[in-house]
Amino acid sequence: MNIFIYDKTLEGLLTSVFDAYARKTFPDRLLEEGEPLPLFYDEVYTVTTDEEKANRVWRALEKKLSKVALSMITVSWLSELPEIDSLLFRYIRKNIDAPRAIEMNFGDPDVLELSKIWKKVGREKERMGQFLRFQKAADGTFFAAMEPLYNVLPLNISFLKDRFADQKWLVYDLKREYGYYYDLTEVIEVRFEEKEQHLLTGLLNEELMDKDEKLFQQLWKQYFRSIAIKERTNPKLQRQHMPVRFWKYLTEKQ
Amino acid sequence: MNENVLEKLKILAESARYDVSCSSSGTSRSNKKGTIGSAAGWGICHSFAEDGRCISLLKIMLTNSCIYDCAYCINRRSNDIPRATLSVSELVDLTIEFYRRNYIEGLFLSSGIVRNPDYTMERLVRIVKDLRQVHRFNGYIHMKSIPGASEELVQEAGLYADRLSVNIEIPKEESLKILAPEKDFQSVFAPMRYIQQGVLQSAEDRKRFRHAPRFAPAGQSTQMIVGATPETDKDILWVSSALYKRPTMKRVYYSGFVPVNAYDNRLPALKQPPLVRENRLYQADWLLRFYQFKVEEIVDDAYPHLDLEVDPKLAWALRHPEHFPVDINKADYEMILRVPGIGVKSAQLIVVSRRHGRLGTEQLKKIGIVMKKAQYFITCNELTMQSVQDLRPENVRRLLVQKNNRKQDDRQLILPFADQE
Repeated sequence: MNIFIYDKTLEGLLTSVFDAYARKTFPDRLLEEGEPLPLFYDEVYTVTTDEEKANRVWRALEKKLSKVALSMITVSWLSELPEIDSLLFRYIRKNIDAPRAIEMNFGDPDVLELSKIWKKVGREKERMGQFLRFQKAADGTFFAAMEPLYNVLPLNISFLKDRFADQKWLVYDLKREYGYYYDLTEVIEVRFEEKEQHLLTGLLNEELMDKDEKLFQQLWKQYFRSIAIKERTNPKLQRQHMPVRFWKYLTEKQ
Repeated sequence: MNENVLEKLKILAESARYDVSCSSSGTSRSNKKGTIGSAAGWGICHSFAEDGRCISLLKIMLTNSCIYDCAYCINRRSNDIPRATLSVSELVDLTIEFYRRNYIEGLFLSSGIVRNPDYTMERLVRIVKDLRQVHRFNGYIHMKSIPGASEELVQEAGLYADRLSVNIEIPKEESLKILAPEKDFQSVFAPMRYIQQGVLQSAEDRKRFRHAPRFAPAGQSTQMIVGATPETDKDILWVSSALYKRPTMKRVYYSGFVPVNAYDNRLPALKQPPLVRENRLYQADWLLRFYQFKVEEIVDDAYPHLDLEVDPKLAWALRHPEHFPVDINKADYEMILRVPGIGVKSAQLIVVSRRHGRLGTEQLKKIGIVMKKAQYFITCNELTMQSVQDLRPENVRRLLVQKNNRKQDDRQLILPFADQE
C-alpha cells in the first residue's frame, strides 16, 4: 500500500497528483501530517505543496474539462468530507488517463458520487442565501451568523456583496469560527481572538441592537404568522423545505 | 414607523395570503451603484410558513377595503372584517428594511378595489414608481394589475414591476359572473393583453436601442381557484394550456378553494381545501411545461378529471401501455421523459451517460430513478422484468397504489365511520 502525506489543502492535493505522475506511483491512501499510519504499508511519500506544480495540474485540467466540471472540483472540496480528497484524486486521474474527459459519464461511480457531493454543497450554499438573517447593530453594521454543514460561506460572498452593496455587514460561520466583513468597498476575511456573546450564540444582544431592530423583528414575526393559511397547516412540508437545524438563527422562529 | 403598523401588517397580510403566487424568478439584475439590492434570476425562498408555502416576497395589500363583492374573496365588501390601509412611506420602509435583513426578495403588491379600477391601479403604480425612482430599490417587484384598469396605467406599471399578474380566478365566464357579478372575462383578459403587448414591444425596441426600457421582464402569471365552481380539471387545464401558448405567460397557479365565506350558499361547503386535486393540477401543469405533453393527452372528454389516486403521468402511461416498455439505452429523450418515475434531470443524465456505455438497473437507481414505478415501463441492459404489457395496466395500478397505502396497521381493528377520510 502506497501512502501520500500532504497538508490537506486543495493545492496540496493537486501537487500530489503532479508528484504521483512524476514518480509513477499512485497513493492508495492520502493522509494528513500527524495522522496515524495504518498497520501495513509499502511506502510513505511526503508531498511538499508547490504552487507551480499545482498550477500545472490545474491548467491541464482546464484544457480537458468543462467549467462545470472544474467548479465541481473546487466546490466539492469545500464539503470537507473525510473521503473527498481520495475521491477527487481518482476523479482527476481518470480524466487525465482517458482519451477524452469522462465528466459526463454518470455510469462511473466516482463521477456520480462527485456530482452528488457537488450538488449537496451547492444546495447548502443556496440554503445559506435563503436562511441567513441580518440583525442591525447600533453602529449600523448588519450581522448574521450560521452553522452551515459544509464550508459554503466563501461561495456566497459575491452574491452578498452584490445584493447588500450599500450596507456594512458581517457574516459569520459559528462552526468554523471565521467570517467575512464588508466595509462598503471590499470584503475581508475575519477571525476573532476573543469572542463576544453574539459570536457564540449568533444573536445580537438587545443593547447592541439598532434602535429600530426590535420593531422590525416583531413586524417580520407578525408577518410570518399572518401569511400562513390555517386551513392548510402542514408542519411536515414546512420542515421539509426549511430543516429544523436552521431555526436556531431564524428571526421568525425565535 | 411605529407599533401601529404591526396591526395593519397583520390585517393586510391576512387579506393577501390567498394569492398563491410567490415566485421571485425571471429577472436577473445585478446591483448598480446607488441602488439597493439585486434580483437573482432563479428566485429565492427565504422562509416557509406554517402551511409549508414559500415566503419569497412581502406579499401584502395596500388596502383590503374593496367595492366588489366576489363570493370567494375574504375582502368582499359585505364581510365585516377589520380594514386597513398602509401609507406609502410605511410600505416603502417595510419593504426596504425587510429586504436589508435578507427576509425577502422584494415586494408583491396587491390591493382591494377602491372607488374604481383606474384609481386603484394608479395608487399602486405610484408606490412602485416611488420605490424604484426615489428609493432606488433594485429588488424584485410583483404587482397585481387590477382587472379593468386602463392600458396607459398597465403600460406604466410594466416599467417598474418585474412581473405583472391578473387573476382569472374562475375558469369559465358563466361561473365567474355568478360569483363575482362586477367582473367579466373582458376585464381580466384585456390587461393580460396589454401586458403581453408591452413585453413584446419592449423586446422589439431593445433589439434596436440597447437602452430602451425593459417592460415586466419576468412576464406575467395568473391564478385559478380550484373547487369553488363545478368546472372539471379539463376545463381548468385547457385554459392553462391556451394561456401558456401566449408568449409572456410564465406561470398559472392553482389555489385549492378555502371556504372563507362559509355563509354564502353559491359556494360548495368543503370541510377542507381540495389539496390532492390541487397537487394533481400542478403535476399536470408540469407535464405541459417541462415534459412535452399536450393537454388533450392529460385530460379529455373521456377523462375530464385527473386521477386522484395516481399522478397524471402514471395515469397516462396506464392508459397507453402500447408505448411501453421503453428501452433506456435506445429510446429518444422525449420517450424517456414519459416513463413514470423518471424526471427531467434523470432523463438528461441517462441520455448523456449512455454514450459511454450501456446502463443497467444499478446505475439507473443511482442516477435517481424511482424504480418502484419505472420497473414496469422500461427495459435496459440486463433487465428482464415483467412490463406493463405482461401484467396488464389494472394490475400495475393495483401494485403501485397498494404500496402507498400499506402504512395502515392491519393488526388494528378499524371501524368504518361514515365521515372518515
